[in-house]
Amino acid sequence: MTVLMGPSGCGKTTLLRIVAGLDDRFTGDVGIPPGTRIGLMFQEPRLLPWRTVRQNIELVAAPDFSEADLEWLAHAVGIADMLPRYPQELSLGLARRVALARAFATKPDLLLLDEPFVSLDERTADRLRKLLLEVWQARPTTAILVTHNAREAIMLADQLVLLAPRPTHVIAIETIAVPHAERDHNAVEAIHTDLLRRYPGNFSNS
Amino acid sequence: MSVTFARTDTMPRASMFRGPIVSVLSVAGFLLIWFIAAEIAQSRLLPGPVAVLEYIYKESVHGDLLTQLGITLWRVVASFVVAMAIGSVIGLAMGQMPALNRALDPWLIVLLNLPALVIIILAYVWFGLNEAAAIGAVALNKIPNVVVTLREGARSLDPGLDEMARAYRLSPISKLRNVTLPQLQPYFAAASRTGISLIWKIVLVVELLGRPNGVGFELYLNFQLFNVTAILGYTLAFVIVMLAIEYLLVQPIERHSTRWRNKPV
Repeated sequence: MTVLMGPSGCGKTTLLRIVAGLDDRFTGDVGIPPGTRIGLMFQEPRLLPWRTVRQNIELVAAPDFSEADLEWLAHAVGIADMLPRYPQELSLGLARRVALARAFATKPDLLLLDEPFVSLDERTADRLRKLLLEVWQARPTTAILVTHNAREAIMLADQLVLLAPRPTHVIAIETIAVPHAERDHNAVEAIHTDLLRRYPGNFSNS
Repeated sequence: MSVTFARTDTMPRASMFRGPIVSVLSVAGFLLIWFIAAEIAQSRLLPGPVAVLEYIYKESVHGDLLTQLGITLWRVVASFVVAMAIGSVIGLAMGQMPALNRALDPWLIVLLNLPALVIIILAYVWFGLNEAAAIGAVALNKIPNVVVTLREGARSLDPGLDEMARAYRLSPISKLRNVTLPQLQPYFAAASRTGISLIWKIVLVVELLGRPNGVGFELYLNFQLFNVTAILGYTLAFVIVMLAIEYLLVQPIERHSTRWRNKPV
């Protein structure tokens, strides 16, 4: 899992949108093999309010996505009871879980996550990060996550790309070798301290 | 605690005043006022509800009231379908293409302000006193309203959901069915609601001016005979038809298509 981290306004979201094929106002090349299945999680859930949770997921699901897959996924992200509900009945945290399930329902070759846990309280966000890791480790794919939250980045990244704003450029690519399972609070803080020492500009206000 | 108590207390009373009871009471009140007014007036020019209902019954069984209603209803439906189809295509296109919007906007304003009577007369003069001219003239009166409403709908489409559909590579048909049309539903509903009532009023004018049958023609005939009972009878009969359409067709469809909206958390 690659995490792009940088301050607001440095073009992280734009980069993700270009990769997702939503933005064609750029020059350069994006090498994505044709037929690549993409799962995308926006900053907002962006569910269809007139479709039930189940319909929202099934609408984008891969052709070979079975009822068993749906049940497994719904259980994994904790929305099994919510399938017949409409999105407006859900809290933001629950809606995010549905959006996460939807992104995985495409059985993606490439998973794109655009600050998926922004504007949630820290406890909910933390639970969802763990959920993301669990589901992702069960069905590993190439994943790119964008965030400005340093601890989120450290918790999730295998490769951490640090960006600087205006003109946007890559400062460094850090590999975090500690296995995800061992990144408890203390480990995250230790990595954070280390990175703060080496890149004060990127980690100072977090 | 007290909040819970207050709620359970008011719920049954509130539900009593919901549903069909209020509507029935309201109609009964109207009939009562009419009845009293007719009793006071005691005039051939203001028959009471009983006389008018008798006329409707008699003409339905022995006369051709039902046939005339059917003819008018067919014209209403035909004009409605034509106006909605053409109007929504133009409206959606104008809402999504600013250049087209600028080009067609003056036409739209002219059509919106052209009196129905002018359009009807010109249609009969240019295309003859026939069914196509009649239905076309009615539809043309309604089209600009549909265009304006659906143009607003197209402008209000959520770009976020559009991106979602593109990112997940929805097919055009799937996108239309699942993303675009549900967002336009309230605009279609608004256009249809105002559409049916506007159209049936204009259809009567069209029938009066140039058709040998239909409710409008009958009204004209009975106006010349000063037969107010017949005029009220035809009017009431058609109003009943429109009420039936509203309560048995339009509202159930609306309830079904907005069922996702009224659910509290």
